[in-house]
Amino acid sequence: MADSRPGTIDAPGTVAALSGVTLRYPGRPPIGPLDLTLASGEIVAIVGASGAGKSTLLRLLAGLEQPTGGTVARGHAGARTGFVFQSPTLMPWADALTNVALPLELAGVARATAHHRAAEALAAVGLGDRLTARPFQLSGGMAMRVSLARALVTRPGLLLLDEPFAALDSITRRALIEDLHRLWSARRGHDPMAIVFVTHDVEEAVYLADRVAILGVWDGDMTRAISTPGPIPRPAHWRLDAAYRQTAERVAAALAASMTSPSAGQGEDA
Amino acid sequence: MTRWLNLVPPLLLILLLLAAWETACRLLSVPAYVLPPPSAVAVALVERAPVLVLSALRTFWMAIQALIVAVGLGGGIAVAVSLSPAAERAVRPLAIALQVTPIVAIAPLVLIWFGLDNAEGAVVALAAAVAFFPIFSGVLTGLQAADPDLERLFDLHGATRLQRLRRLRLPTALPFALEGLRVAAGLAVIGAVVAEFVSGSGAAQGLAWRLLEAGNRLRTAELLAALCWLAVLGLILNAAIGVASRRILAARAGR
Repeated sequence: MADSRPGTIDAPGTVAALSGVTLRYPGRPPIGPLDLTLASGEIVAIVGASGAGKSTLLRLLAGLEQPTGGTVARGHAGARTGFVFQSPTLMPWADALTNVALPLELAGVARATAHHRAAEALAAVGLGDRLTARPFQLSGGMAMRVSLARALVTRPGLLLLDEPFAALDSITRRALIEDLHRLWSARRGHDPMAIVFVTHDVEEAVYLADRVAILGVWDGDMTRAISTPGPIPRPAHWRLDAAYRQTAERVAAALAASMTSPSAGQGEDA
Repeated sequence: MTRWLNLVPPLLLILLLLAAWETACRLLSVPAYVLPPPSAVAVALVERAPVLVLSALRTFWMAIQALIVAVGLGGGIAVAVSLSPAAERAVRPLAIALQVTPIVAIAPLVLIWFGLDNAEGAVVALAAAVAFFPIFSGVLTGLQAADPDLERLFDLHGATRLQRLRRLRLPTALPFALEGLRVAAGLAVIGAVVAEFVSGSGAAQGLAWRLLEAGNRLRTAELLAALCWLAVLGLILNAAIGVASRRILAARAGR
């Protein structure tokens, strides 16, 4: 088991680092080489064309998938990882509290303690009054909040989100992004949490993150990430800010460029 | 109200068919040993009730025992096999071989194993062999049907095999297992009757024995009455398991 876990890095303040990571499996589009260093407490959004390997990148960071080349290293701060999937992926037979307590119980935390902490995590996402609700009784937004609470219940140093809000309406999506910023800033300083957020929405990426990395189909060098201006959580009406709009345009242009083959026209055969 | 109204068309059709049958038997004077009129079957149902009910209960009990054995073996082996892909590859062909082998063909062998004086045990074993596959297959399919992202979540948090089985795979498998049980229940009754036919000694005096006896004596009305009981038995078992599954799943969903 030991060699299937990511290596560790000693550099303080580094949560995780990918260097020269490649995935080459027959029958699957080749991915990489990918390079990415993740500092403690930073928020990185990953945008990219479908098939570029965005979800794979998250699984690599989580240690759920092993690269065929290069190295994945994890810092001490990233030892505990939370993961939010594209759909809420709750256990339909269990109530919200049991779903959220699951990661703690799997780690051997006593049931009473686990449930206590799960109740706190649910309260933190605004569902303190829905502890006994079953997944089918929850709206899409509420189910995603439960999923978020489950990812946060272990107080992870690294939170990975794979297009989690794509299926929600824009009002709910914005509310969840504000919540995510609030939960992130509550831990800033003493117990920081780094976030990697995969999305296909450029505006969402710029609004959400400190920097936006572009994962191209042809080029996995994400060191050319684009930093976003302004503080997090975002001030009111920040979406109207010229700096925000300009950054979004820059990211959109870079994303469009990443989708064009360096040798246009021959890419389909590659 | 509408639920009861829905019953009217099928009941009307059954009444109509019975009436046509009765009329045809009388008008064409069909010999009673070839096809007795429904009224004669009804008389046999009532007159022979003590014997037939006892035989039906005996068949029912053998089918239930077979079902219990099949659930234990089928479910147990499915769980064991689910823990290792190699074990699954090893066991699947054998399970399928058991499924496609006609029960009639292995009955003589099983009878020899159990001894001719223990025909009831042989009948239970044969019926269990028939009921095994749907349960094994249902449970195994269910154990492998968990949401891949939930499986990843269990990976991420370093779940042990036992934790994964107890908290993810078994709950996922429950509806599949219940459906397998329902199919298996029908097969267990069929298996019990067929096995009893083959054992043929009358040592296990279930419904099959009554069918054979009535047929040999050309008591066709009694034969049909026994068939009615067999159908009722299958319906009861199926309905009982159907109701139980719905209750279990509804209770679990908190509805």
